[in-house]
Amino acid sequence: MVEAVFADARRQSLWGDAWQRLQRSRAAILAALLLLLVCALALVGPWLSAYTVAQVDWSQPTLATPPSFANGHWFGTDANGRDLFVRVWIGTRMSLLVAVLATLVSVVIGVAWGATAGYLGGRVDGWMMRFVDVLYALPYMFFVIILTVVFGRSLVLIFLAIGAVGWLTMARIVRGQALALRQREFVEAAIALGLSPATIIARHVVPNLLGTVIVYATLTVPQVILFESFLSFLGLGVQEPLTSLGRLVAEGALEMESSPWLLLVPSAVLAIVLLCLNFLGDGLRDALDPRQRR
Amino acid sequence: MTAEPVLQVRNLDVNFATPQGAVAAVSGVSFDVRAGECLAVVGESGSGKTQVLMACLGLLASNGTARGSALFAGKELIGANERELNRVRGTGIGLLSQDPLSSLTPHLRIETLLTEGLVDRGLATRIKARQRALQALAEVDIPEPEARLRQYPHELSGGMLQRVALAAALMCSPQLLFADEPTTALDVSVQARVLELLAKVRDRGAGVLIITHDLGVVAGLADRVAVMYAGRIVETATTDGLFAAPEHPYTAALLAAVPRLHGDAQARLVGIPGDPPQPSARPPGCAFAPRCERAVDTCSESRPELTQCASRNQLGAVQGESGAATTARNAPITAVACHRPLQAAAEIA
Repeated sequence: MVEAVFADARRQSLWGDAWQRLQRSRAAILAALLLLLVCALALVGPWLSAYTVAQVDWSQPTLATPPSFANGHWFGTDANGRDLFVRVWIGTRMSLLVAVLATLVSVVIGVAWGATAGYLGGRVDGWMMRFVDVLYALPYMFFVIILTVVFGRSLVLIFLAIGAVGWLTMARIVRGQALALRQREFVEAAIALGLSPATIIARHVVPNLLGTVIVYATLTVPQVILFESFLSFLGLGVQEPLTSLGRLVAEGALEMESSPWLLLVPSAVLAIVLLCLNFLGDGLRDALDPRQRR
Repeated sequence: MTAEPVLQVRNLDVNFATPQGAVAAVSGVSFDVRAGECLAVVGESGSGKTQVLMACLGLLASNGTARGSALFAGKELIGANERELNRVRGTGIGLLSQDPLSSLTPHLRIETLLTEGLVDRGLATRIKARQRALQALAEVDIPEPEARLRQYPHELSGGMLQRVALAAALMCSPQLLFADEPTTALDVSVQARVLELLAKVRDRGAGVLIITHDLGVVAGLADRVAVMYAGRIVETATTDGLFAAPEHPYTAALLAAVPRLHGDAQARLVGIPGDPPQPSARPPGCAFAPRCERAVDTCSESRPELTQCASRNQLGAVQGESGAATTARNAPITAVACHRPLQAAAEIA
């Protein structure tokens, strides 16, 4: 049977298709591998060194020693004599953790909010999106500062605060897509089948948005990392002796004339992470674009 | 055929609010669909055929409003709320739409698409629903139904997809099937199969309302035909009656525009001059008058009401002998909205 042969040759899910296309994009694959390497180092890096994150090495002639293989400080030490190699990977770990969790928070809220507003449309959509507009209008920095002052500083609060700010854009993007999807015939068919709005949103609308959501999420992660760096820079983020890339860059900037490696190393890691995420996001966007199907 | 009407539409109006003012897409449409009967609605693009279906299923665009009455198994559909409509959708009325590829959600497997109507309502367990899906696929002559369930819509050919869509519409065994131009997107050989399947659905006792602009489809499948022009029904008749002797000049013109295999191969097809009127600017009289060869002054002044046409009663009696689709005892054999119906004129002449 011709039809059967034709169908068998292409037994391939949409996600399988996307994965194949992603593999064909060299930049995205390289970015993904580099990211994996950075993540692995963030996990195991601190154990590779003989020093710990808060330990001051008094054996060196100066507190801020430049990078050297001889004394075991591969990235040198900071102004307080602590090993930068360990601190950079601890910082990366923290930055990635904040980024991933905050992005997750913003994706969950944003998708649920946007898809509901976009699918239901009309007055409900109007009110839901006006609420988003009002939150947009609040200066988010102010909002986060109030949160940290009221509830005290904690890691969880940072995730929540950044996520609570980040979902607004996600909701707008998702809502726009959902509005367009609502007009599609398969949604009409689902209504004609008598499915409830909740089922239609969850099963017919949201999965069709996931491509956009994933792309936007990979592009949100770098924003969140920068935002966290900014918070830490203001002293509202991660507290000593823990650190984040943003804090390391901020501290390095103070010493950049006398010990430039303190600025260069964390900046390089931050730049690599941000670039990789952007490249990966671009690759995913192309891979998940249904119009690119062969 | 004495079966009760499954769907009874009376004086249905559909209006759309646009920035340019209200547009009447459908005006005063009435028809019945009986169990075990196939009614075809034919008409040009924009004549309001699809909007009739959409109004019955509560699927009008947000700027559309429907007035009038559509009784399905005694329940009023026009103005019903979502919850009431959801009791009818799928289980009472199935919808088969024009383009199967766009009406099947692309990221879901055929299995999910077929079973969700049953599972979501709690009418069947996943396993039961799966068995029913296999059965439904077999009913629409799909080979290797097991393998199909695991596939995605884009992996199947157009003809197969339309049969899958039909299986999906039949999963909850509806009493009435709406088929909105089900063969338009298919090639001719596949069209024939889909039509056979629709005939099977009808023969099993469900009512079928098919919308088409292909008179070949009408001739092959429908028991009765309603011809729509500019939002109104201009003629309803038995299929045989319509083809043998159209009453309304528009119907006659439509039939004249269909190519024929038999007869004079050199004969030119007759087109209908002009364009249908814009829904926002329909003439006060008969909407077809400006394009009608037989139009007289009264045609553009007053709009004729749908009336039973006398001449057809005799014709109907003749048709009755052929055994095809005789009508209910008191139902009009043909109804036509024209000041100068063709057959009556012939009689006078």
